[in-house]
Amino acid sequence: MSYIKKSPWLVHYDGSSCNGCDIEVLACLTPLYDVERFGIVNTGNPKHADIFLVTGGVNTQNLPVVKQIYEQMAEPKVVIAVGTCACSGGVFHDCYNMLGGMDKAIPVDVYVPGCAARPEAIIDGVVKGLAVLEEKQKALAVPVREKQALREKELEPEMAISKSQEAGK
Amino acid sequence: MSEMVLNIISGIAYLILAPVIGGLLAGLDRKISARMQRRVGPPVLQPFYDFFKLWDKQPIAVNEAQRFYVFGFLLFVIISGLFFFTHGDILLVVFTLTMASVCFIVAAYSSNSPYSQVGAERELVQTMAYEPMLLLMALGFYLKCGSFSIDTILKAPSMNFIYMPGIFVGLSFILLIKFRKSPFDLSMSHEVHQELIRGVITEISGRTLAMIELAHWYENVFLLGFVYLFFAWSAPWSPALAVLMCLFTYFSDVLVDNCCSRVKWEQMLSSTWLVTLVAGFVNIMFLMYMR
Ligand code: SF4
Repeated sequence: MSYIKKSPWLVHYDGSSCNGCDIEVLACLTPLYDVERFGIVNTGNPKHADIFLVTGGVNTQNLPVVKQIYEQMAEPKVVIAVGTCACSGGVFHDCYNMLGGMDKAIPVDVYVPGCAARPEAIIDGVVKGLAVLEEKQKALAVPVREKQALREKELEPEMAISKSQEAGK
Repeated sequence: MSEMVLNIISGIAYLILAPVIGGLLAGLDRKISARMQRRVGPPVLQPFYDFFKLWDKQPIAVNEAQRFYVFGFLLFVIISGLFFFTHGDILLVVFTLTMASVCFIVAAYSSNSPYSQVGAERELVQTMAYEPMLLLMALGFYLKCGSFSIDTILKAPSMNFIYMPGIFVGLSFILLIKFRKSPFDLSMSHEVHQELIRGVITEISGRTLAMIELAHWYENVFLLGFVYLFFAWSAPWSPALAVLMCLFTYFSDVLVDNCCSRVKWEQMLSSTWLVTLVAGFVNIMFLMYMR
């Protein structure tokens, strides 16, 4: 039984967004959308969070900040890029200081496009993120030695080929 | 002899049932708060989901000492609850509880994060604010029942509340601090979207945070036990009334939480001390000279 799907806490960071997406993110907390009914809580602390919700693209100034927040989060964690800016840089992609979407800085798991992304789309993105979160937790639960065995099994055909090639030489 | 067996049974029941009841109360609290804000709110079992999730997270510790102190916090809360439910000495309960909050504060001080430091300071101020009232309460029970022993207090010939309404008001006031409710949730609020008001636990995550949640549930249950003492006496039906009053106190605290905004620490300190002095002290005077 995995409880992580039932209690995802998220930390929200505004990269270089125009604030449009941020307001939509906050709208999810209002009585109309009320994401707390899924156990979702908006924390201000990356150490408590399971989901990293970023709006806006990454530029040279916020690159270290984004990386630091990501590194402070405990495993398992997922990153959700909300808004076109966070997906690809959006309207700001041509700016001299922009590096592009959030995936230029940290691995992004779910992309939520839209300018601004609607609250429904954001909630949908978070739910998609939950599936990823559960998968990651399962992967973490497998001990390293078993992982190695699995990997060797996967590589078996290739190994056989390379061995036969060696024998051919 | 059989009394001792009963005490041991109630101690064990506390160990097992307190987290369940505490968690359920926390869940109901979140649900009712949500309804007060016209939201649907999380499931009632949400605190348990949170707890088990935290338990499974990757352990990150800023230092080894912190986990030790947090464990001390949990241990002392459990011990003070045990003293209470095995009908020990109420003074001992209050002192062990202080020991628990010392552990908690030291845990927050043990990291260098500025948020954590500020949180620890705030927690310290909160302890200063509620401690006098807890001691006055113990004194009040002594004056009323002639003993610090909870056994004797529960066997009082008349309802304790009638003689100590002022002390009850004072206790309800400081329970807002202990339950971490607005207007006094300065150091570890339930509203988690800000940094400062969650300062104490900034650097605490995963399993250690789960331990704090657990300690909080234990603590809430036996703090409600204090309320119980006011309304239970030798009458056989009084326990039912006392439990009802416990629930009433808890849910009126939820109501206050949703009605009030957070105050500054100076206001918290001055208002709690004022209430302690006026309601508590006058009540003590009455018990000393009128009875
Ligand atoms: S996607 Fe649109 S609304 Fe969102 S941050 Fe970018 S420009 Fe603003």
